Amino acid sequence: MSENPTNPSSNGRTQPLLLRGIDEEGLHTLEVYRRRGGYEALTKALDMAPGEVLEQLQASGLRGRGGAGFAIGKKASFMPEGAMDKYMVCNADESEPGAFKDRELMQKNPHQLIEGLIIAAYTVGANRAFIYIRGEYQRQADVLDAALAEAQGAGYLGERILGSGFSLTLVVHRGAGAYICGEETALLDSLEGKRGNPRIKPPFPANQGLYQGPTLINNVETLATVPHVITMGGEKYAELGTESSPGTKVVSISGNVRRPGNYEVELGTPVREIIYGLAGGPPEGREVKFFFPGGSSAPVLTAEDLDRPYDFDSMAEAGSMLGSGSVIVVDDSVPVVDVALKVAKFYEHESCGKCSPCREGTRWTRTILQRVDDGTATPMDLDIMASVQEQILGNCLCVLGDSMAMPIGSMVQKFRAEFEAHIEAARARNPFGDEEPEPPLPVVQGAAA
Amino acid sequence: MTKKRDSLPAEDRVGTNGRASVPRFGHGSRVPGWDEAVDLRKDPADVPDPATVPVPPQLRAEIEAHMAKYPDHRSAVIAGLAAAQRHHGWCSPEAIDQVACVMRLTPGYLVSIATFYDMLENQPVGRHSVYVCTNISCSLCGAEELLAAMEEATADDPDFNVRHFECLGACDIAPMASVDGVYVGPISLDEVPTLLEQVREGAPVLPAKQLTQRAVAEPLAVLPKGPTTYGGRMPEEALGPPAAIEQEPIGPAEGSKQSNEKAV
Repeated sequence: MSENPTNPSSNGRTQPLLLRGIDEEGLHTLEVYRRRGGYEALTKALDMAPGEVLEQLQASGLRGRGGAGFAIGKKASFMPEGAMDKYMVCNADESEPGAFKDRELMQKNPHQLIEGLIIAAYTVGANRAFIYIRGEYQRQADVLDAALAEAQGAGYLGERILGSGFSLTLVVHRGAGAYICGEETALLDSLEGKRGNPRIKPPFPANQGLYQGPTLINNVETLATVPHVITMGGEKYAELGTESSPGTKVVSISGNVRRPGNYEVELGTPVREIIYGLAGGPPEGREVKFFFPGGSSAPVLTAEDLDRPYDFDSMAEAGSMLGSGSVIVVDDSVPVVDVALKVAKFYEHESCGKCSPCREGTRWTRTILQRVDDGTATPMDLDIMASVQEQILGNCLCVLGDSMAMPIGSMVQKFRAEFEAHIEAARARNPFGDEEPEPPLPVVQGAAA
Repeated sequence: MTKKRDSLPAEDRVGTNGRASVPRFGHGSRVPGWDEAVDLRKDPADVPDPATVPVPPQLRAEIEAHMAKYPDHRSAVIAGLAAAQRHHGWCSPEAIDQVACVMRLTPGYLVSIATFYDMLENQPVGRHSVYVCTNISCSLCGAEELLAAMEEATADDPDFNVRHFECLGACDIAPMASVDGVYVGPISLDEVPTLLEQVREGAPVLPAKQLTQRAVAEPLAVLPKGPTTYGGRMPEEALGPPAAIEQEPIGPAEGSKQSNEKAV
């Protein structure tokens, strides 16, 4: 990669794209962004026909950075052509535990996202765009609103952008705290003013999405990469990373590491390099026990997988997934049951309740894990839990239930001995469970027993 | 709700036949509060009559501005309820009625929205919200203790709404909290009293630890593909300082430097 002319390297390191000079003072303002060459990609794109821009996106092989890893070029090509109300939605509801890359990109370089969004909307001919940002990101939403007003004032948004025939309105839509709204169809329902419940697919959003119109939905990081693809050219971009996972990826590392944070790496970088080299590895005297390679939804990998390359296909091969690129490292001082229980509680809380397998399955999984921790479980409970998970997988409208079943299933599979030892130890400690009994719930006089 | 049921004392959990029994309430249901939500003797609430529901002009203007942004005005429900919540402190029946009146929706529909989203409050709460993230990354770094400390310190203060929250998307500053919308972290336990005092005074909370002060850990960190340079053990130069946080040198470091200079 060091010979790549568009991407000159120093000290053998490729220059970052998304995080280049991210901490520069005032980068969130139009003035600084433009001084650094901002909105030139938009000018270039508007000079091309939408079909040509689409070709560039397809040539880049850029895969969606939100979790599924679906190529943006392919997704955009599913959009119908012709004059109709089409929509462009940016999924900024980053709520996957462990993920915080979009936050950084929106807060520090909002124009990069807006520029990518305009280009993507131009490609598919959408005239209305929305950024659905999670309600907790108040500061980031304010930054986006300010950037939006600036872009509007400079003619990058609105009627006849930069003298072309293309018009686009953009609205920053704030959510109000629901993990499920990161799922694309639930996000659309939420954006339409309903409870965030996923829809049955097909029809896919590209055919029938927001307000029943064709809709292109992409993650923040994907859209923020689009200007770079246009500037570099799709084929040049595809030279970065691996063949099937081109480009760079912002990886959020957290958990038991010394330097948690966002790092941009080329896809295909060994995991050990990311966890030990960049994030500094676990604290002194501790070892990596296991890690989630792609947020809490990804099945866990152990220290044995540290030398695998970090890209979509290698992670899938290892039985996990790259997901949103959020690495959570758990060291050997943490009982695996604690982490499993945390994951189960999270998904139980966030299940929207539309599909029974997920609503009931997440609750039962949490209940069983609670029993394991309390000392009221038997080793057979692990098998019951596995059967509960089996009935979730693939039986719901969205993957929220699967996202709980898979990591917990992988934890039980890889650390079954520890689970069994935990059950035994907890039973020996307290045959009936509760360490500190809470007062019973009030029962009205004369209640049925 | 479910949490309480599972943590009943052991003797209540074991029935006469020696097996676990499920607790029941006075009305025979296993679900607490199942009959509290609706009064079936009443007719369902319709879209309120604008003549009988006074809406503060400011709130009305805010909701209408949100409605105007979307092709379908219903898209503005979250924004409308959030505005009403800012005005009333929570999504009270009165607040719901006012939003329903402006948006021409039924109160029931709005309640279904308000109960779905975590940030919309369905009970009166303190005006300062402190969301402590207790998800995986934060709890690996001690979020449970932080939450307990926060809850204990504000137990007698009705001004505070301290609650646990699912991942707030700031795992790099774990354990963290969102204090009135401002992300702060990592918060150590002995900083809790300072933080709460600052909230009470209306001062910026732990200014040096706010998310906005944090630089990206290593912006030039794009590594080339290739063999791993780091084996099981890390080389010494990789053991840098933990997390680059751009901030003025604070407290003792500065003071000691000055005193040294004076001494010289």
